[in-house]
Amino acid sequence: MSDIMTAKELCLWYGSSQALKNVSISIPEKSITALIGPSGCGKSTFLKTLNRMNDLIPEVKITGEVSYKGVNIFDSSVDVCELRREVGMVFQKPNPFPMSIYDNIAYGPRTHGVKSKAKLDEIVERALRDAAIWDEVKDRLKKNALGLSGGQQQRLCIARALAAEPQVLLMDEPTSALDPISTSRIEELALQLKEKYTIIIVTHNMQQAVRISDNTAFFLLGELVEFGETEKLFSQPKEKRTEDYITGRFG
Amino acid sequence: MLKGKLSGKRKAYITAMRTAMLVSTVLTAALVLFLVIYVLIKGIPNISWELISTKPSYLSDKIGILPDIMNTVYIVLATLVIVLPLGAGAAVYLTEYAKNKKLVGMIEYAAETLSGIPSIIYGLVGMLFFCQFLNMETSLLAGALTLVIMNLPTVMRTTQESLKTVPQSYRDGAFGLGAGKWRVIRTVVLPGCVDGIITGCILSVGRILGESAALLFTAGFAHALNGIIDGLTSPGATLTVALYVYAKEQGEFGVAFAIAAILMILTLLINLSATLVGRYFAKRRNV
Repeated sequence: MSDIMTAKELCLWYGSSQALKNVSISIPEKSITALIGPSGCGKSTFLKTLNRMNDLIPEVKITGEVSYKGVNIFDSSVDVCELRREVGMVFQKPNPFPMSIYDNIAYGPRTHGVKSKAKLDEIVERALRDAAIWDEVKDRLKKNALGLSGGQQQRLCIARALAAEPQVLLMDEPTSALDPISTSRIEELALQLKEKYTIIIVTHNMQQAVRISDNTAFFLLGELVEFGETEKLFSQPKEKRTEDYITGRFG
Repeated sequence: MLKGKLSGKRKAYITAMRTAMLVSTVLTAALVLFLVIYVLIKGIPNISWELISTKPSYLSDKIGILPDIMNTVYIVLATLVIVLPLGAGAAVYLTEYAKNKKLVGMIEYAAETLSGIPSIIYGLVGMLFFCQFLNMETSLLAGALTLVIMNLPTVMRTTQESLKTVPQSYRDGAFGLGAGKWRVIRTVVLPGCVDGIITGCILSVGRILGESAALLFTAGFAHALNGIIDGLTSPGATLTVALYVYAKEQGEFGVAFAIAAILMILTLLINLSATLVGRYFAKRRNV
């Protein structure tokens, strides 16, 4: 399996405090990569660097390189909007726009120039089916998305991200605000989606990482401590610090 | 000493404070009610269809306030058309684009100060700048432009405040889908704060209706009936200015009270609609 995203000696500062230290990692495509580690270890920061959402925060300084399909995403010739279309994102708290379910899903394609009603209809249906929420909402596509339950909202947000036709899907603790049933539906969904997409997921829940991910990266204090196949990392960690964390000695 | 009695001194103090507060409440309420009722009683009997549908004629010695009503409408429209894009645009720039927080703070402070200046000073400046320097002479347009400067801070600040209430997560969501800055603002941020812009707008209409000092200098006193184009380029009295003229210079207190009653009812309606609009949008947002 080839690598779709690669970071090389990536460092990031918020003002004067360093949040990422020399992170180098290669993410294989069409797989699920889990980023774990205690709060404030830099895993979310790293995730947000991959589609340059950190650009929106003032006083961020980045050195090193992140390449997507061989292109350095920090290169001045890179179109950030296009990058974010290909590297989509699902946030910690479900954040549907206060508009209809249909308009939520159509937001991405419309942003990228799809105007034809028939084409939009097709994209919306496919995205909702892919996110396993079509049957629940097909009769109320014109209703406001804020009327859905939290778990449905999050699957809607996943559908919204899928509608932009991304290659990579970044998920920032997508289930931390959800109940166990909604959580397991999203996990199931992630396992289905990896057939077509590369998924990188930040999670606080180590069982979740074990259940769904192929590879796991353990972050601590801005450093990437260990990265490897999930099974191996959890059964025979190479690093003492990884072992301490996964056995619950800190974090 | 849970069951200990309050000392007599303490009891007397509490009673005295309570009475004082009650008295001030009653006084305040009574004053406001008296004013409203007095104006309505004096004014409403003087409102007639003839008064509000004709123009004054010195030949037949009749008074009609239709020109003043139309002037008021023109000045409200002209002011809003200019102040709305200007104020909302400035607010969007300051809140969404401006990077220099210090400068933004200074501009906000200046705007707040600007909205506290007595309106007669706006009138003076408006007269010197618009009427004389820009050669507009005394005209409704000069008056409207003066009111634009007066209302700019209100529109800008209310828009800014409502822009800040749009959750950051909406912006993140839209950026995350690859939308550019302007698209995010147009499709997600602005629709989320229409209520704030409309509220600012309605507040401004209230201020424009009530303004007289700034218009005495800039818009003049004429009672001619004009279309909007001619109206804006010629002098004209709005309802408040007409009220002043009829009461102070012609001794027509009946007409003055009629205008006062009309203004009061309009103000009431405007405040009511501001509340309703606010409620409508609040409801729509939390479906």
